[in-house]
Amino acid sequence: MRKDLILCGVGGQGTVLASRLISSAAMARGLPVHSAETIGMAQRGGSVFSHIRIGEGVYSPMNARGEADLIIGFEPAEAVRMLPFLKPDGRVVVSDRGVVPVTAALSGGDYRPEAMIEYLRDTVPNLTVVEAERALSEVGHPKVLNLILLGAALFDGSLGLSEEDLAGAVERLIPEKLRETNLRALRWAGL
Amino acid sequence: MHTEFLMGNEAIALGAVAAGVGLVCGYPGTPSTEVLETVAKHRPEQAWVEWSVNEKTAMEMAAGAACTGVRALVTMKQMGLNVASDPLMCVEYIGVRGGLVVLVADDPGPISSQTEQDTRSFAAFSKVPCFDPSDPQEAYEMIQKAFDLSEKYETPVFLRPTTRVSHAYASIQVRDPEEYRKGPAASFEKDSSRWVIFPRLSNRRHGEIEQRNALLSEVFSAEPANRIDREEGAFASSRRGVITGGISWTYAMEARRFLGPVRLMKVSTPFPFPEKRALEFLSGLEEVLCLEELDPYIERELKYLCGKRGLKIRVLGKETGHVPAAGENTRDSVLSAMAGFLEVSLPGPGELPAPPALPVRPPVLCAGCPHRASFYAVKQAMKGQETLFCGDIGCYTLGNAQPLDMVDTCLCMGAGLGIAQAVSHLEPGRSCFAFVGDSTFFASAVPGVINALYNQASFTLIVLDNSTTAMTGHQPHPGTGRTMMGQSVRPVSIEGVLRGVGLTTVETVDPLNLPLAVETVRRVAVLPGVKAVIFRSPCVALARPKGRVDIDASACVGCRKCIREIGCPALSFDGKAVRVDTAQCTGCGLCRQLCPAGAITGGEIHA
Repeated sequence: MRKDLILCGVGGQGTVLASRLISSAAMARGLPVHSAETIGMAQRGGSVFSHIRIGEGVYSPMNARGEADLIIGFEPAEAVRMLPFLKPDGRVVVSDRGVVPVTAALSGGDYRPEAMIEYLRDTVPNLTVVEAERALSEVGHPKVLNLILLGAALFDGSLGLSEEDLAGAVERLIPEKLRETNLRALRWAGL
Repeated sequence: MHTEFLMGNEAIALGAVAAGVGLVCGYPGTPSTEVLETVAKHRPEQAWVEWSVNEKTAMEMAAGAACTGVRALVTMKQMGLNVASDPLMCVEYIGVRGGLVVLVADDPGPISSQTEQDTRSFAAFSKVPCFDPSDPQEAYEMIQKAFDLSEKYETPVFLRPTTRVSHAYASIQVRDPEEYRKGPAASFEKDSSRWVIFPRLSNRRHGEIEQRNALLSEVFSAEPANRIDREEGAFASSRRGVITGGISWTYAMEARRFLGPVRLMKVSTPFPFPEKRALEFLSGLEEVLCLEELDPYIERELKYLCGKRGLKIRVLGKETGHVPAAGENTRDSVLSAMAGFLEVSLPGPGELPAPPALPVRPPVLCAGCPHRASFYAVKQAMKGQETLFCGDIGCYTLGNAQPLDMVDTCLCMGAGLGIAQAVSHLEPGRSCFAFVGDSTFFASAVPGVINALYNQASFTLIVLDNSTTAMTGHQPHPGTGRTMMGQSVRPVSIEGVLRGVGLTTVETVDPLNLPLAVETVRRVAVLPGVKAVIFRSPCVALARPKGRVDIDASACVGCRKCIREIGCPALSFDGKAVRVDTAQCTGCGLCRQLCPAGAITGGEIHA
């Protein structure tokens, strides 16, 4: 199997853990994994990304434009920002909840996340929009958006991994007391 | 051997442990920090690991270890190498007994640095051999090779990853602990003809170093990591080749998938340059494209070689304008440069319709960050006066952003003190401030304080003490009372240092107590000479949040003073009232203290 993925969002949204879970799940299936992510100053409220490249024959941890099979956007504008990396028939899984940057709050707020979702609906044929507020309230935890989005990519088949693969990664990487909630978030999209 | 999913920096650390390293020290700096942290987690018995006060001290520690026969690793980012360059230049002349590897992570872009300097060029300048890995697996193997080479030739050796190698993750093959090399016990053997640098010794050693590096150019020419991939197919009779190194080599290998296998050389040991191997690569070529980041290092080496050998080959790259002189390479920039050079047309990318304007997301101080309160207090205290606010290197550089706008200068670690004291001499009417973090205070501010005091400068030193090295991921420093060996020790007191060198005004305040913080700055700023205010409040990323504030939407008058004045990322305006993002708010209470309508309640009370 060869899969090129991009996870993107805003610093603090949990893209790194989601990236780690995918990598761990793929490695448990014996697949080589390369990845790269944002570390350092940009993490402080800036745009962040993880590139994940699964399978043989990979040299670079970074994707090229038009190469990604799947983009998981933790934030609508960030998904749009990374869209040039999507291949023509690739899929986008995106949360509909915007994160308004301080700069927009200062200037009076001219950023409308809904406009980004509309743009994605117009340009991406294979799009899954996750209603973040509804999902989070149904799962009953405010900080599991990352697992909910992973689950959405899992159940629409675009991740190329199975529920067991990811549940195994959750077992390995997430402390026991948080495991139950995270597994519930992972399975939310399949309900 | 077994497989692990490791970050490049973790791979380097495990490689050092496998190579039997006995002392590891350094100073935190993106993108190098995780190397030392990972060694500390896997610390072999007998090994000493520490975050040193700065890179110069770390380099001197490593030099000390290396004269005992123990293997030493010293870690830093490229800016740190400037600080460590004095001992490094000398230890190259003195030489080592135990292997000494200098890990310097370069930052093309730059992504989180002040300069785009190139450690390969520093290697040539300092005459220190240099390895340049392309991925985590290679970095893991190279550091072990670097230790062997260092010991064999009695020289320090650079390992120089760049951000995309240091911070890449890969599933790689690593040794099992039983396969680790056991290092020798330390034994310093007195020999003043060897360990005491004098002009006569330096003169002799200079000649020996030049001879050795000529030999190493031969040794590196036989090094398999300096690999040449042959041209095939459409390029079989091509007179064009591509030479590269580091992460750019991985981009070039990926480009070959789209373009076909062109002749390609990877330079894994930029200094001493593997001339023989390069000549083998150049044989039969008429044009070479150099793909590298930072300096046109390989490009100049090839031009030099062509000149020396009288080869008529066009060497293209940064200096000829074929690739950009500055910034990072990407998969796409390398593919398009290679396609242009090889005259291969690629299908253009599908055009996307123009998206709506994307929000800009500059990095900001976290919600609840005490630095925001400190900057705001100084700003309030000094309103309407002629001021100069000298910033420094750390999270608090972000105090430059609107609406705080409290960083007028930022140069390098500790430089704010020098700038403030110079201006205080030249413009006596201006009230000068130097802001410095706690870790930076210990690393490089103390000589500046002594200099200012003795030479009769007049400015206010603001120490932003959040009790950690926050920007690089919360490393301990001498003020924290923790060490990388897991000891709890007596912290070095910032107040004690300042009073000890002779400052008479040293005040410590909680910046989140806004009225007291403002009053203190007003009072101290008008005093003559060098005086200090220490704003002490823990980093919010480490302290447990003290609840959160609530905003009564019916009481909020919508003036947005809280947003306009402090720019906290947890505050936003919904058109009628200010809202607080409960996931981000830490309850620091700063916004409550400046709300004119009393609409904000809750959070911490600082009195």
